[in-house]
Amino acid sequence: MSEKEDSGFLVALQSGDRQAFAKLVEDTSTQIYRTARQILGDEQDAEDVLQETYMKALKALPTFEGRSSISTWLHRIAVNEALMMIRKRKTPMVSVDDNMPFDSDEESSGMEIVDFCCLPEKELLTSESRQFMDQAIQRLPETLKTVFVLRDLEGLSIQETVDVMQITENNVKTRLLRARLRLRQELAGYYAEKVEKEKSK
Amino acid sequence: MSKHVHTEKCSAMLGDLSEYIDGSLHAEICAQIEEHMKTCDNCRVVVNTLRKTVELYEHCSDDVELPGEVKERLFAKLELKDFLIKADTSK
Repeated sequence: MSEKEDSGFLVALQSGDRQAFAKLVEDTSTQIYRTARQILGDEQDAEDVLQETYMKALKALPTFEGRSSISTWLHRIAVNEALMMIRKRKTPMVSVDDNMPFDSDEESSGMEIVDFCCLPEKELLTSESRQFMDQAIQRLPETLKTVFVLRDLEGLSIQETVDVMQITENNVKTRLLRARLRLRQELAGYYAEKVEKEKSK
Repeated sequence: MSKHVHTEKCSAMLGDLSEYIDGSLHAEICAQIEEHMKTCDNCRVVVNTLRKTVELYEHCSDDVELPGEVKERLFAKLELKDFLIKADTSK
């Protein structure tokens, strides 16, 4: 979150200063687009969410109370829009246990042990593996995916993620851990063959 | 490839791994995890690959840019076209 929220800027925004609003859009739209793109996995849907986010923000700015940063507030609008879009377009992939306490026995069963850290960077980041990584995110249930996108891809702090998601800190941490472990498991399976090849060299 | 056969100690560790790789875990628990990893290769691999997973995703997330035409349409929708700062599109 880089924008300086001095009170003058906020006052200008809230009093309808177009230049201040343009600066806000300029400074934050890449992050908001990226967040929507990663939650939705679709460029057109992400653009719709992007536009809707700023349309809603424009209307709601006069009542913005400043309890979180403007950027966090924009993320909250965008995430809500994205989740609403997902709910409209398909059966949500929410697993019933997403808010349950972390069960280490359940999470560790069948865990793949493949040390893919040893692979060279160029093997880890081929365009094919990037595509696989994108698809792996899309396979996560929305509840886990959203937390992972906000925290690990957008670099929000735990507290900012709490503010965006409006869930408890414990829930954020549990969902983040589950998301990370599931993605690790996916990557371990994906890189297994490459690790074997590397070992046999 | 092998599957992780975990012990009670491995299980106890798993719930703390996210905070461990973020460096936000209490020092005492970090020391316990590090001690356990000295003798448990599987857990060491899980910790290292979990950290690598997050690093790889962080690295790739920077690649997603806001396309110029998407930005133009956004500014047009918001009636902010006069304020649009165009990115260098010569790339």
